Amino acid sequence: MVMFWVAVLAISMLLYVLLDGFDLGVGMLSGVAGSEPRRHSMMSAVAPIWDGNETWLVVAAVSLFGAFPAVYAILMSAFYLPVLLMLAGLILRGVAFEFRYKTQRMRWLWDVCFSGGSLVAAFMQGVMVGALVEGLPLIDGRYVGGEFGWLSPFAALCGVGLCVGYALLGACWLVKKCEGDVREAAYRLIPHLSVGLLAFLIVVFAYAVLENLPVMHRWIERPYLLVLPATGALAAIAMAVGVIQRQDQIPFTMVVLIFVASFGTLAISFWPYMIPFSITVEQGAAPESSLAFMFWGEGLFVFPLMLIYTTISLSVFKGKIDANSHH
Amino acid sequence: MELTALFLSRLQFGFTVAFHIIYPSFTIGLAAWLTMLDALHLATRRPTYRLLFDFWLKIFGVAFGLGVVSGVVLAFQFGTNWSELSRMSGPIQGPLLSYETFTAFALEASFFGIMLFGRPRVPPWFYLFSTAMVALGTTLSAFWIMVNNSWMQAPVGYAMENGIFVPTDWFAIIFSPVVWVRFPHMLLAAYLTGAFCVAATGAWYLLRGKFTAEAHVMLRMGLYLAAVLVPVQLFVGHLVGDYVHDRQPVKFAAIEGRWHDEQPAGEVLIALPDPAAETNRYELKIPVLGSIIGSMSLTSKEVGLTSFPPEDRPPVLIPFFAFRIMVGCGLVLLALAWLGSYLSHRNRLAKYRALLWLTFFSFPLPFIATLTGWFTAEVGRQPWTVYGALRTADAVTPFLTTRAALISLLVYCAVYSFIFAFGTFYIYRLLRAGPAGRLVLAPTAATPNRPMSIANEPASPELVAGE
Repeated sequence: MVMFWVAVLAISMLLYVLLDGFDLGVGMLSGVAGSEPRRHSMMSAVAPIWDGNETWLVVAAVSLFGAFPAVYAILMSAFYLPVLLMLAGLILRGVAFEFRYKTQRMRWLWDVCFSGGSLVAAFMQGVMVGALVEGLPLIDGRYVGGEFGWLSPFAALCGVGLCVGYALLGACWLVKKCEGDVREAAYRLIPHLSVGLLAFLIVVFAYAVLENLPVMHRWIERPYLLVLPATGALAAIAMAVGVIQRQDQIPFTMVVLIFVASFGTLAISFWPYMIPFSITVEQGAAPESSLAFMFWGEGLFVFPLMLIYTTISLSVFKGKIDANSHH
Repeated sequence: MELTALFLSRLQFGFTVAFHIIYPSFTIGLAAWLTMLDALHLATRRPTYRLLFDFWLKIFGVAFGLGVVSGVVLAFQFGTNWSELSRMSGPIQGPLLSYETFTAFALEASFFGIMLFGRPRVPPWFYLFSTAMVALGTTLSAFWIMVNNSWMQAPVGYAMENGIFVPTDWFAIIFSPVVWVRFPHMLLAAYLTGAFCVAATGAWYLLRGKFTAEAHVMLRMGLYLAAVLVPVQLFVGHLVGDYVHDRQPVKFAAIEGRWHDEQPAGEVLIALPDPAAETNRYELKIPVLGSIIGSMSLTSKEVGLTSFPPEDRPPVLIPFFAFRIMVGCGLVLLALAWLGSYLSHRNRLAKYRALLWLTFFSFPLPFIATLTGWFTAEVGRQPWTVYGALRTADAVTPFLTTRAALISLLVYCAVYSFIFAFGTFYIYRLLRAGPAGRLVLAPTAATPNRPMSIANEPASPELVAGE
């Protein structure tokens, strides 16, 4: 039962990172779009789906609350300010989406909200992952790190890294969905962003292995697990080929693979810890009666329905967007 | 009052929840109203019903979207500000709240899409079915919230293990008698909110001399429904009072403004409670009525606040006045609903412009009644978060600083006021344009994920030219 909810949580978080990742990335890139027609195309490329993408954040949050209340309590309270800033960023960019087409005089303000909100939300998510990898100071199952305990050079580096990663997802999405100079500009950005992302991933992985001996042992004991980072590396090569040959579908598929591989690598490095080296999956889980209650309704029926629905809405919205349409 | 992290967290939770509840309490009623309109259209084939359906569907889309946006924060707030509560009661509250989210998502994932964009693609009976399922879904969503909150008001079905509330009997939690009076109370509040918003819109159009055919239908349906439901609501409200009387006597005493035990007890109609002196000023009181209301008896002893130690008493002023405002709104709405229905039945309502104005201005009252009802329930539960089991002071995040709490409160206030201004203006513009607007056409790029997009219209002609 615990493993079922670990799986639900992992799938929800991965889906969130992939789906909202590309639209946050497009949001950040729209800040440097340059001209209104370009920005309009970029926003049209995510307009019909961004809201549904964000739903996965809420699903992940309540699954964490329901299935792992102890972990939820520690993480939310430890990351008080990052969570606040992330939510404010997400709400502002959401509203900007609806509002920028209702005005012309104030449009610059909504554009700032859109790209700024995306940037802040992405950065804060990266910071939280970084702080978690570094380890949170806990005493007796409660966070004791203080208001800014999450802030460190490494966490900030992870914030920047995730922004670069999301921007890469966004650029690859634009290549897939757009035509003309937006597509060209995105193609030109991809090499820079992917080199940045790979450098960042290597630094993080090296840090995790060097700072935390248990992580090093994990990889030495089970070298076959290296297939995950290897997949990521292969995907990076395939992406380079796709970019050189201008195959519009390939870069996005490959960057998704890179993200899945990184996510898996991170999860395996710290398994079975949910909060590294203090709280394991078993320790964080709710009592069996809570998990079973959720399983027989939302787990067994609603969750699969949500997955099917997400697949359908993404497939309805396939192909290149029409640059002249109203959003 | 001193600004502590605890006080600021309470303020923030109250603010964000109160803000959020405005939208669901509107959409639950609207969904039921839409179902009724579609059923009537199927049965009678009168085009007015279809026109009204398409019109209110747009407003439903916007209100639903705003409810979703304002609800995101709530999924995080339990953990950020109430980490001890989440840690201890998470095994019960977490599953209940996750059911709420999953229900809402399942609804959005299936029938809501058909309701917004599926009209041309599915047979009429299936469209009606989808609308009814959306109404059922919003109702279920409210149900889980009420189960969760009722558990905090009267915790059952759990055992304490290592300081954690472990659920032992989900049946007892879900079918607690407290749930089954408070859930209907909230549901009726939502239906009445919908009814009065519809009736007020009808009155507004009549006063402006526009869309008179539709206006009459709205006015009549809204007022007739309210004429039946307001008395039911007052009765259910009395049942809610009974549970408070039996299970939360100190809250009951605070609502009644009763400082000392009385036998038989009087009923304070209005007063200015003075907590320092533990007495009421300017009191208007009816003898014996307090015993009748509390225990259906002429002689019963009713307990007063001073029978409880001060550290177990809620603040008196907010429950006392919030309750009276709620009941006052209810009585005004009852008078309006009955008088309006009577005149409407005799086809004379359109002549009484004053009554039309009153009906028009009545639309905030159900919202106010809903909010003050929640203030009564939540502030009256203090000093407990889980009544009798976990104090609010012990539920808050222990290391939260006043500075962090103040920053978050200010940020949420700013962001929410901003959304509220946007949302209200947007709904106002749709209402003002009226049902004669073009029929809803599904925008090609829209999906049920973005309900607000159904109401997309260019802001001004030059904008269209500019693009």
